[in-house]
Amino acid sequence: MRSRYALPALSLRFVAVWQRHFLVWRKLAIPSILGNLADPLIVLFGLGYGLGAALGQVGGSSYFGFLAGGFLASTTMYAATFESLFSAYSRMHVQKTWEAIVNAPMTLEDVLAGEWVWAASKAFAAGVCLLAIVAAAGQASFPLALATVPVAVLIGLTFAALGLSINALASGYDFFSYYMTLLLTPMMMLSGVFFPVERLPEAVQAVAWALPLYHGVELARPLLAGSLPAQPLLNLAVLAGYALAGFYLATVLTRRRLLT
Amino acid sequence: MKSLEVRGLRKSYAGAEVVCGVDLEVAPGECFGLLGPNGAGKTTTLRLCLGLSDPDAGEIQLLGHAVPERAREARAQVGVVPQFDNLDPDFSVAENLTVYGRYFGLGRAQIAPRIPQLLEFAGLAGRSEAKIQTLSGGMKRRLTLARALVNDPRMLFMDEPTTGLDPQARHLIWERLRRLTQEGRTLLLTTHFMEEAQRLCSRVAIMDHGRIIAQGTPRELIARHLESQVVEVHGPGVEAWMAEAKTRASRTELAGETAFCYADEVEPLIASLHARPELVYLHRPANLEDLFLKLTGRDLRD
Repeated sequence: MRSRYALPALSLRFVAVWQRHFLVWRKLAIPSILGNLADPLIVLFGLGYGLGAALGQVGGSSYFGFLAGGFLASTTMYAATFESLFSAYSRMHVQKTWEAIVNAPMTLEDVLAGEWVWAASKAFAAGVCLLAIVAAAGQASFPLALATVPVAVLIGLTFAALGLSINALASGYDFFSYYMTLLLTPMMMLSGVFFPVERLPEAVQAVAWALPLYHGVELARPLLAGSLPAQPLLNLAVLAGYALAGFYLATVLTRRRLLT
Repeated sequence: MKSLEVRGLRKSYAGAEVVCGVDLEVAPGECFGLLGPNGAGKTTTLRLCLGLSDPDAGEIQLLGHAVPERAREARAQVGVVPQFDNLDPDFSVAENLTVYGRYFGLGRAQIAPRIPQLLEFAGLAGRSEAKIQTLSGGMKRRLTLARALVNDPRMLFMDEPTTGLDPQARHLIWERLRRLTQEGRTLLLTTHFMEEAQRLCSRVAIMDHGRIIAQGTPRELIARHLESQVVEVHGPGVEAWMAEAKTRASRTELAGETAFCYADEVEPLIASLHARPELVYLHRPANLEDLFLKLTGRDLRD
């Protein structure tokens, strides 16, 4: 008897699930990228240049440069989150795509791993686009800025895993607005996307250190500006820990939802 | 070796047992029908046999593989037609087949040459680029059936394959299923259309409240449990006529306004009805539906 709490048994079969999602995305790639990027870009340029003119230097650079690093982390977070919430829920619950897949010699773990890596791929695409735009605005310092791309993938894996856990608990699309409004939006405020975390009271800073997005920002911002992060191993370890624990949680919760 | 062998299968949901000790055997090449009212446990039994959910007790051997332990190997040789269509709405007809083949580890080069054949089988030749939303219910069902054949399976599982289809579409599906049996494939289908079971299935099992309550060929089950003829009667005064009918039939039953009279010799019943022109009657041979209603009762199930 397979236990609900067993570690996910991963196989390379998940690639077929990833390919399915890629094929669908390819049909709508341009509108999808524009849709995902329009909102963050408007805010980045609006705040970066508008508010930046009033603020002057923040954290030793222009406000636009400061904000770009934070936005790279939060945009990839949202890209992976949308995919693992709304899109995954459509495939799981509305279109019954998952059900069709597990009737073939595929397991629920294959489906979840496919969703996980796919959502991280969307984060990768969003990260690359944002990097290109920031570079075009002359605010990225190469070659180190290129290291933000694997960081975007790791942020994607982290928030895709958390999103899939939420997906397994969802009773409808409305359920996701609680997660986005009550967890992700405050996290964005606390993680140093818009302003340095050092400006916050110490107790609040301690909360920020426990949040995955904070560690994503701590990596992305210096790399984009061409310097090394202060504690890269710690940041990577926290993100990887959230990603792996989140995927395990998603596996257990999805088994509970679909296999009983 | 049997295609499917199930012993002592049990499954509970939230304290309620929905499959209560099911034994089943399906031989290679046969078309086996699992019949039962809604909520009898048919779909759960199929899910357990495919390894999509874990049984509380019992043993399952599907095409020689122990399930759920080796369900992946078993499913590699099985095709599944689910109760509700779950075709991929983002893909064309042909893409649905290509993408589904990948889940079996088949590359484009292996599937591409088979697509024309599969579309021909589904009656969808020339529609390979059509969008799923433009297909009728019957076309979607046939495409789902074709999709279940991408891996050239030895056995097919079909959950209510013709529910919701019009007679034309249903007859076409029946014709295709016969063709699959002629090719030597094993079929396991659930249905609550007795006509469908009688036409297609070499053997049937009737399931109710999680148990198999009768099993055999349709003909032998009818002979074992029922008189050979049925006279259905309705019209003014049918209740008064029942007293007379009881003396002339071996078994009678009044369901609402209609009397069902079961007998091997129906001449006495017919003679009595000729004296009562106000009563409308229908004389027909006993069928699987009579058996089903006798065994599972006439009460509504939801």
